[in-house]
Amino acid sequence: MTPTTAPAHRLARWWGSDLAYNFRHAPVAVVSAVVLVICFGAAFFAPWVAPHNPFDLATLNLMDALTPPHGVAGARPEYLLGTDDQGRDLLSAIMFGARISLLVGLASVIFAMLLGVTLGLIAGYVGGKLDAIIMRIADVQLSFPAILIALLIDGVARAVLPRDAHGPVALFVLIFAIGISNWVQYARTVRGSTMVEKNKDYVHAARVIGIRPLGIMRRHLLPNVMGPVLVLATINIATAIITEATLSFLGIGVPPTQPSLGTLIRVGNDFLFSGEWWITVFPGAALVIMVLAINLLGDWLRDALNPRLQ
Amino acid sequence: MSTIQQLLARASMILVAATLTAFSASAATFRFADQGDALSMDPHSLNESLQLTITANVFEPLVGRGKKLELVPLLATSWKQTAPTVWRFTLRQNVKFHDGTPFNADDVIFSYERSKADGSDMKTKIGTVKEIRKIDDYTVDFVTNEPFPILPDTINTWFIMSKVWCEKNNSTTPVDVRKGKENAATLRANGTGPFILKSREPGVRIVFASFPGYWDKVESNVTEATFTPIKNDATRVAALVSGDIDMMEPVPLQDIEKLKAAPNLKVLQGPELRTIFLGMDQSRDELLFSNVKGKNPFKDKRVRQAFYQAIDIEAIKTRIMRGAATPTNLMIAPGIKGFVPEMNKRLPHDAAAAKKLLADAGYPDGFEVGMNCPNDRYVNDSAICQAITAMLAQIGIKVNLMAETKVTYFPKILSRNTSFYMLGWTPDSYDAQNALFALIMTPSPAGQGLFNLGTYSNKRVDELSAQIASELDQTKRNAMIAEAFKIHSDDIGHIPLHQQALAWAMKKNVELVQLADNFNLLKWVVIK
Repeated sequence: MTPTTAPAHRLARWWGSDLAYNFRHAPVAVVSAVVLVICFGAAFFAPWVAPHNPFDLATLNLMDALTPPHGVAGARPEYLLGTDDQGRDLLSAIMFGARISLLVGLASVIFAMLLGVTLGLIAGYVGGKLDAIIMRIADVQLSFPAILIALLIDGVARAVLPRDAHGPVALFVLIFAIGISNWVQYARTVRGSTMVEKNKDYVHAARVIGIRPLGIMRRHLLPNVMGPVLVLATINIATAIITEATLSFLGIGVPPTQPSLGTLIRVGNDFLFSGEWWITVFPGAALVIMVLAINLLGDWLRDALNPRLQ
Repeated sequence: MSTIQQLLARASMILVAATLTAFSASAATFRFADQGDALSMDPHSLNESLQLTITANVFEPLVGRGKKLELVPLLATSWKQTAPTVWRFTLRQNVKFHDGTPFNADDVIFSYERSKADGSDMKTKIGTVKEIRKIDDYTVDFVTNEPFPILPDTINTWFIMSKVWCEKNNSTTPVDVRKGKENAATLRANGTGPFILKSREPGVRIVFASFPGYWDKVESNVTEATFTPIKNDATRVAALVSGDIDMMEPVPLQDIEKLKAAPNLKVLQGPELRTIFLGMDQSRDELLFSNVKGKNPFKDKRVRQAFYQAIDIEAIKTRIMRGAATPTNLMIAPGIKGFVPEMNKRLPHDAAAAKKLLADAGYPDGFEVGMNCPNDRYVNDSAICQAITAMLAQIGIKVNLMAETKVTYFPKILSRNTSFYMLGWTPDSYDAQNALFALIMTPSPAGQGLFNLGTYSNKRVDELSAQIASELDQTKRNAMIAEAFKIHSDDIGHIPLHQQALAWAMKKNVELVQLADNFNLLKWVVIK
């Protein structure tokens, strides 16, 4: 077998698996996946496919601001979905904004999940003092609102990093801050499931045949506790996107000249009453579609992975 | 059964009678909203318009402002200069605080000492006063360090508190609310004003009731007023449209037309005295936030002028401010004493000229600079900054914009931790001297240039500003003001943008007075 054929082989094997079969026979999952692929594609390839680059400030013309979308009196052909209050083409702004929102949402959730699942597994499996320490830290953190923790981390990052360095790493600080403020939920969920699972026969069996604790956690417990985590993660992606919008409003997220989807919606919200509905409705619709697709896919995944439903 | 019915009938009769009496005396309730909350009821704790317009209903100054911002006697009946450095105030007799204690000279002296204490934000208002001498119970002498002819103009938001009450409630010094400190005066108030503070729930509501023992006849027929902070623009508009409140400000610019068209609402618009401008760090040898190392580009006048000329103020006015702004070249608004109309001509917007100026200054490819901007303080502040960022991008300047809430914004720029910032200023004495003193003079420990955050410095302007403060001859004084502003304008010490317009919306049956300093006083509110 040559190395180049290995991935194809693996893909083919996946295609034949139960999961893939289940997927092919769940229209909701297929539609969600297609929608997500389109969204991710539009976001990822935005610099090449978007009609304008809204982040290139030199190309903005303030006099084009608040142009309505096609089909409304005063629309202009070059702005399909109209423009926002700064004269940014809304379609392009949504594509570029989704890039930031998706990056922050996904990366921070993955980060929170890695941290939370690891700590939750250890706490649940090892128990005793280690469990107490980890869970008390989690409890303490849970008593602070997520935004506050994110603010704290950003403040520390600002003090630690040199002044000039802050701009480029702002996005990573944001991901780290949102991730850190969310790990507790994962840890608690995983710890609970782990404590149930670890007394089951298959775990005892694994222990008896001499598999080391790390191996048991990774190979035996992890797959069985991931169900609720995946559901939590899909919900949290939406929350993370909204947290990012809030932090940007407080001035510690991405700069307003590079609006994320959340920022676009928040700014547009102010224009809802005055008739310039498109500024918030289109980015809002984009976010709803994206989050809904992620949630539906997550739902399907939960059912597909749940052995009791099969 | 029948007894219960009788009881019910009697109860409903009493209720009807009570409502009738409540409305028969043309009494009215008034519910109003603003985008923020007054952070404290302590009138000495924060020098901020919103806070002062709320406390001004409960407390009174010696000298107040009338409907046209003219000086009117309140707790002082008359005042005159008895010597170049002495102002004598005759106090009003038979004035009582809300708790019944009489007002006299001791309260004035107490309030003065209180305003000088740590935690006070009123130091700039009484900073020129060296001491207050009690002549008798109803006469006091204000002794100033230097001749200060405009003293009565500068103390109209300096409120008098009751000495007895403060001592009894352990509030003899103000506490700094911005640091989260509180005392009795933060939540309760005992003033001489036409309204009593009934209750205050921070962030939720403030309830006022009219004060029956007020010394003057009050125009207003409001017997109870409720103030609610509603931060979100759209929610505030919705509250007014749905009838939950009677009046609110500010009206988001995009909603003015819609509210004007509503059958039961009206919008009151007027120019505001606040000038919005940009400042640049002109003192550091290297900017804190820039990619230019080893020198400060803002020290070069050509760079400042390039920034100025790159800004298309008309586009900002029509698109972002929807016409509700007056572009300006001066740091003060028409209506401020010392305003020079003929100097209020902006340099033309000219991107090509700006580019050339930058090239001449040695930056043909532009440079990067960080800009600080609030996003919930001035009308469309963040949108203006973004537009300016885009306009500067067209001449090759890459601005790294940092827009944030005023809670974090002001501490940052007030500690001069900025290279390029936005600020708005209303001279609270309605006199050009205040703008020169606070915004333009070279910063010094005595309080000059406290808000000159980019440290613009010009010796001649400093000299003139110092003379203006004590000059009595009006013509000479105006000539000096004009000269100082001319130098500052030629230097491009700051980049003035515009005066924003006030916009208040209310039900049609509400009559009130809109002061150009954005004060809304309950004593002038009449419900028809």
